[in-house]
Amino acid sequence: MAATATPAPALGATPLPRSAGRANFAGAVRCEFTKIRSVRSTYWTLFALIVVCVGIGALFSWGEAAQMARLASGAGLFRNGVQVNGPPPANIIAHLRAVRVARAASVSLFGLLIGQLIIVVLGALTITAEYSTGMIRTSLSTMPRRGTVFASKAVVFAVVALVTGLITSFLAFFVGQAIMSAQHINTTLGHPGVLRSVIGGGLFLAVCGLLSFGLGALLRHTAGAIATAIGLLFVLWILGNFLPSPPSGWFGQADLDKWIPFNAGSGIWQNQTNGTNPFSPWVGFGVFCAYAAVVLIAGLILFRKRDA
Amino acid sequence: MIEARGLTKRYGSTVAVDNLSFSVAPGKITGFLGPNGAGKTTTMRLILGLDEPTSGTVTVDGRPFRQVAQPMREIGALLDAKALHGGRSAYNHLLCLAQSNNLPAGRVGEVLALVGLTDVAGKRAKGFSLGMGQRLGIAAALLGDPKILMFDEPVNGLDPEGILWIRNLMKALAAEGRTVFVSSHLMSEMENTADHLLVIGRGKLIADCTVDEFITANSQLQVRVKTPQPDQLAKLVAAAGGTVRENGDGAMVVSGLEASRIGDLAYDNSVRLHELAPAQASLEQAFMELTASSVEFRAGVPGEPARPVASAGKVA
Repeated sequence: MAATATPAPALGATPLPRSAGRANFAGAVRCEFTKIRSVRSTYWTLFALIVVCVGIGALFSWGEAAQMARLASGAGLFRNGVQVNGPPPANIIAHLRAVRVARAASVSLFGLLIGQLIIVVLGALTITAEYSTGMIRTSLSTMPRRGTVFASKAVVFAVVALVTGLITSFLAFFVGQAIMSAQHINTTLGHPGVLRSVIGGGLFLAVCGLLSFGLGALLRHTAGAIATAIGLLFVLWILGNFLPSPPSGWFGQADLDKWIPFNAGSGIWQNQTNGTNPFSPWVGFGVFCAYAAVVLIAGLILFRKRDA
Repeated sequence: MIEARGLTKRYGSTVAVDNLSFSVAPGKITGFLGPNGAGKTTTMRLILGLDEPTSGTVTVDGRPFRQVAQPMREIGALLDAKALHGGRSAYNHLLCLAQSNNLPAGRVGEVLALVGLTDVAGKRAKGFSLGMGQRLGIAAALLGDPKILMFDEPVNGLDPEGILWIRNLMKALAAEGRTVFVSSHLMSEMENTADHLLVIGRGKLIADCTVDEFITANSQLQVRVKTPQPDQLAKLVAAAGGTVRENGDGAMVVSGLEASRIGDLAYDNSVRLHELAPAQASLEQAFMELTASSVEFRAGVPGEPARPVASAGKVA
């Protein structure tokens, strides 16, 4: 495997034209795409993202269908504290189905709650791996315009995350609906808000990743960036559920919890767990994007300014 | 052409680079010498724009490196062979660098062949030996067919064959009219390769001259003498203003007197000489003398801990 000694080189083997070698944004984007596709961690995290999101969505869809099957058979239905014998009337069954059809998209996409924790790993790694490996010194000494490097990295990551996020979201949706169709509680992309939810799932994952990318640029440390992203996205959301529940001025759940990043951002793809008094889907998503933008801009400023 | 004017870099209270002004001329190998921690790497990082100077400027062909339109055509740098993602193959590592500067992808294969890594192009860099990593770093530096090559301690940890290869490579690059700027703390290495020397100690420029000038200016002429009458000769030499040191092998080393003067002294006083040889002081010695007062950490007496020089802080 040892490389053999090479005679004194003739460097101009193929003379480069004078104009060759101009560093610009397009080149930087191609460079960053090569970087992201040429390491295994990219494939592992994206594979895990799809498996986890589709798997959890399938599990919840299966649970929803199983529950519907029990209810339709009358098991577990009570009237005035007394178990109902036999199947309930058709109008009751229709109501129970309608409730489930209305949330069918959310149920099949429920895995994104965990998926966000996976995409933040890739988002952080895209930039922190440059620092942990030392590659940043080579990257910036071959392309010293840092704003261009940062922007091209963010764009390439955003596109990869969005495409994978959309694949994940659509796959989870169709698998979940197929499972729930056994009990006729599935929905279709044609229902109001459903297509928005499924596309929104992909958008949400991409923005989660970008938020984490920005944190990676700020902290330059993989574990720190991932932990902070999970804290902002997941832990804050859990804490939000412990806010005082009645509407009680500025410190009430109803006033505050819509601002929690996950609640603001997740309304676009689900309506089950995004707070007591949520923003409308696109407004909430806009708030979420604004959070990510603040972190990204702070990351860019430090990326340009700090010694590499 | 690299030009530094009043270049200064402080990390907290430590001055890593202190008011450096120098220029690196094209078509030559300029050796950048200094003991560990003298500020060589920091200076190179400042040239590449990796660090922002606290004050002063450094330009590459008249402009700061961050503003150069064709960065890889301008400077090819090898600061650290480990500055890469070990999970990426050698080919992809070079490919992404080429793409960032819109260099033709065909260059990747050419530089891989040039450094002898074609056979392992598809292998992940984390499995590379130190020597292979160094070659990969040099391949990256050569990608843009650059006017200036900058190597930071390129022979560190290499086997003799690797050292010879890098030495020949640098000579070939300089012969093609390129600027070669290479740092080292190995004086013997520079003696064999460099045309011009920049010597720094504790961030300050100590010398900026040719190798010959450096040796002449910084070392005393020494003469090795063997005689069966050492005591007698030692007295004569001392009386004539020279100093004598026992060499341990029966010879004595005289400094401060020319060989011809010692020969005449011996003849005039009927002292037999068995050997009389002027010894050209090596660059190593000259360097040791020059930087003796500027090393960051000086080893203490064996058995005692090394004693840091006052106010020294470690900056690689």
